[in-house]
Amino acid sequence: MRKGLFSGIFLGLVLLAGPVAADDPGVIRLGAAVSLTGKYSSNGAFTRKGYDLAVEKINEAGGVTVAGKPYLLQIIYYDDESTPARGAQLVERLIQQDKVQFVLGPYSSGLTEAIAPVTEKYGVPMVEANGAAISLFRKNYRYLFAVLSTTDEYLRGAIDIAARLSADPSKLRVAMAFENDPFSQDVREGVLADMKRHGMKAVVDDKLPPELNDMSATLSKVKALRPDLLLISGHDKGASLAIRQMADQRVNVPMLALTHCDSARIAENFGPAAEYALCAAQWASTLTYEDDLFGSASDYARLYEETYGEVAPYQAAESSAAVQVYADAFARAKSLDPEDVRQALTETAMMTFYGRIEFDETGKNVAKPMVLFQVQDGNYVVVYPEAFAEAKIRWPTPPWGER
Amino acid sequence: MLDNLLLFVQFPPLAVDVVVNGLLIGAIFALAAYGMALVWGVLNIVNVVQGELVVLGGYVTFLLVQWGMPPLIGVPVSALVMFGVGWVLYRAIVFRVVDRDIFISILATFGLAILIQQLANLSFGADVRSVDAGLGPLHFLDGMVTVAWVKLIAFVLALVAGASLWFFLRHARLGQAIRATAQNPRAARILGIDTGRVYAATYALNAALCGAAGSLAVMAWTIHPYMGLPYTVRSFMVVVVAGVGNVGAVVAAGLGLGALENVAGFVLGTEFQIAFVFALMVTILVWRHLRAARRREHLK
Amino acid sequence: MTKLSDWHIMGVLAIAGLGLPFLAPGLITQLSFLWLMVIFALTWDMLGGRMGYNSFGNILFFGIGCYAAAVVQRDAGLPYFEALALGLALGAVLAVAAALLFGAALLGIRGHYFAIGTLGLGITAAEVAAGWDYVGAGSGMALPLFPGALGQREFFFCFSLFAVAIVCFLFLRWLYGTRFGLALNAIRDDQDKADAMGLRTTPIKVFAWCIAAFFLSISGGLAANMIGFIDPRDVAFAGATFGVWMVLMAILGGKGTLWGPVLGAVVFHITQELFWTYLLGWQRVALGLLIVVIVVFFPQGIMGWIAERRAAREGAAS
Repeated sequence: MRKGLFSGIFLGLVLLAGPVAADDPGVIRLGAAVSLTGKYSSNGAFTRKGYDLAVEKINEAGGVTVAGKPYLLQIIYYDDESTPARGAQLVERLIQQDKVQFVLGPYSSGLTEAIAPVTEKYGVPMVEANGAAISLFRKNYRYLFAVLSTTDEYLRGAIDIAARLSADPSKLRVAMAFENDPFSQDVREGVLADMKRHGMKAVVDDKLPPELNDMSATLSKVKALRPDLLLISGHDKGASLAIRQMADQRVNVPMLALTHCDSARIAENFGPAAEYALCAAQWASTLTYEDDLFGSASDYARLYEETYGEVAPYQAAESSAAVQVYADAFARAKSLDPEDVRQALTETAMMTFYGRIEFDETGKNVAKPMVLFQVQDGNYVVVYPEAFAEAKIRWPTPPWGER
Repeated sequence: MLDNLLLFVQFPPLAVDVVVNGLLIGAIFALAAYGMALVWGVLNIVNVVQGELVVLGGYVTFLLVQWGMPPLIGVPVSALVMFGVGWVLYRAIVFRVVDRDIFISILATFGLAILIQQLANLSFGADVRSVDAGLGPLHFLDGMVTVAWVKLIAFVLALVAGASLWFFLRHARLGQAIRATAQNPRAARILGIDTGRVYAATYALNAALCGAAGSLAVMAWTIHPYMGLPYTVRSFMVVVVAGVGNVGAVVAAGLGLGALENVAGFVLGTEFQIAFVFALMVTILVWRHLRAARRREHLK
Repeated sequence: MTKLSDWHIMGVLAIAGLGLPFLAPGLITQLSFLWLMVIFALTWDMLGGRMGYNSFGNILFFGIGCYAAAVVQRDAGLPYFEALALGLALGAVLAVAAALLFGAALLGIRGHYFAIGTLGLGITAAEVAAGWDYVGAGSGMALPLFPGALGQREFFFCFSLFAVAIVCFLFLRWLYGTRFGLALNAIRDDQDKADAMGLRTTPIKVFAWCIAAFFLSISGGLAANMIGFIDPRDVAFAGATFGVWMVLMAILGGKGTLWGPVLGAVVFHITQELFWTYLLGWQRVALGLLIVVIVVFFPQGIMGWIAERRAAREGAAS
């Protein structure tokens, strides 16, 4: 019986050594651990859809040609369950057991923070599209490349607009409620720096717990202190809850800015309650960017909607762009050696439907600005920066009684 | 922390707002907590899957509204649907842990909780969901205190449910059978009570209470497949503090917890809200133990 | 069936532990986690299995170990290994102190209220760490990069955790044979009687928790470095994963037996890894089912099942 048990264990070990990498010629395998379950599962799903869409499109167009030979792209996925320990472990497995030499990023800054040391250690490039924390780019990682703008830029637009609209920015009072996770806390840090530049004052500075199901305590405070600007960041859950409860508690603020509103679909879900909200976004389908693969930003949005039956959130767009960056780097590197590809990645200078992509020496994309939507009559309308603005910002938000 | 306290002095109505909103959340906790107290008291099971039952109830209402029903119909319908779900869960799995160590029931229902979370994620998607009951809020004290109608309804319903539960346990035939079984299952069996059915009914009743709570939660707040834990944890705490035998105490503890938590979140900062609540629970446990120990000393 | 003695099995395991990293370098991280799981199950079983105190809060000590190492390595200004050693030592001291303090308060509580109290303790710790800026609050902490060459790091942590697991196992094996071990069992079987016979039960219980705390904090410091990033809720004080798994593994293997926790950890870990590999998206459904099945249908554990089968066969033979 014990023998049976031991052979069972042995069999398990053999199975674990697992889906063995049969080296298909003509296939480049990318690896990704994304959050399919757990607290980031909604955004993790967008990440995966974005990756899949790009891979499909690239393969349809004949794949990537590396040194004269065509290759198809393929992604090996694992589910990191939204926990950093799991994510790091799975990427280790991707590299060691599945022999993946190119990693695509996970969803969220926390997970990226956990995975970056692993890819760094093995000298495997990671192109990521969903880890924006500025702290990631202060660690001198050589193999980390991010196609998105960093956290310090997320709500900068809102502060800029507020400063511009007021006679004396240093009199502005700001309320902040940020989730207690690496991403939102990093956004907060960026906001504080911008506020300092303008001499603004923080009157509320709350950290929301991740298992958030109510934020009435914070909102009561906001109601009493009447700030000029309210900033909220807490992934999809934070955005939904803020809109819901501000309407219920009749919290009046002249300007409200949030992150993750389009992926939380606040305009669709909350209707009039979502009006006037400003939303930080990496990308919008109305922008005028274009590339050869997907066409324009609006073409991408249409394709995404046809494929998945939902509006394309920017989380999917940036993920697709990450795959495009890899394809471009493979072609230019003329080799599949991770070191050569890394070199090619550092020299990336490309235009995509998602925006321009060029990496600085820390690996972050410095060529693309953040945009700010405003929910106007049920639509997400770009109001910032001016170069892209479709409409003027509606300000100040009227009190609830007059809406 | 001090400046937060000062706010109360500057804006006295604010204190009312914070406490009232806390009480209203507390009502939802209380609703889920009755169910837990019932199951704990009768079946001797700590039902860790409580929060997931709440979330499922929320999804039922969400689907109804998607199909064009008015949201408030969702409360009885969710309760009814969840009654069925609870019955099935009991007959399929939960009955196996009834006569076992309470610790086993914690683990088994924890497994169920993971299972249900995941199935909810696969079938309803991971999006954050909410339903607008379309009722708007009430204002008091110059707009400083606002109460959403939905929350008020939730509050009243929670009290009504508590009262009817109390009445049901006292006077209805099944309620008496439930109490008899809780006091002494063997004697109940001898007297001809089908304890298996009583257990199933109790568990299903609990699920129905959770369903109603979830239906109200999706109207007043938001739901998400992984959002069950806060409800489990709160109802659990309410029962630990109030005990399993007393519906009134459960209501009081539920409301008190909601208010206290909101005040703590306001004063200490939301990041310490949950830490405060749990530290409080551990302290209450230890304090009770010490008090009991002192009483034993006296007896010597 | 030949009679296998403990020493045979230990020999096989030692060879496996020392040899596998070289034979299957791809599995080295899983192997490191396996040793961690073994430590989890062994230390949990000391209270849960031997002493009858089901704790959901042992993760507290693991988390203290994680954070102590991370803070020392960040602030001490020492080279990597010196800082790690100092961090482990500090973690052990703090964890044992915590076990003394909370043990004195909580171990008097009987039955399931002890389980509930410890559950609260674990969650409170996670929430406090998540609110405390000095330890990175909700953003967690990244640990310094391992110096050494590529690949050395895995070997270092794999063998370190293996060594801790072995020491822990041998120590507990010895301990269970002493009077102290018997006292633990006496507390489990009938605490009032143990009291009445003059055993000073509270110090014994607290001391046992201190031992668990010691091993858990050491493994925590090592695991934090192995993972490279700690998050208050999902890594250090991960009550819903590590905290529950340690209980499950001990139950799966057989509570209160010497080999049960080890066996449970091995089987559980491998099963779980298989789920992750082959059941993408459904792995948590499978995990939930597995938990239900283990707890509901298999509470005696593998060792208990073997003992039953043997008893049945010998009963039939005689």
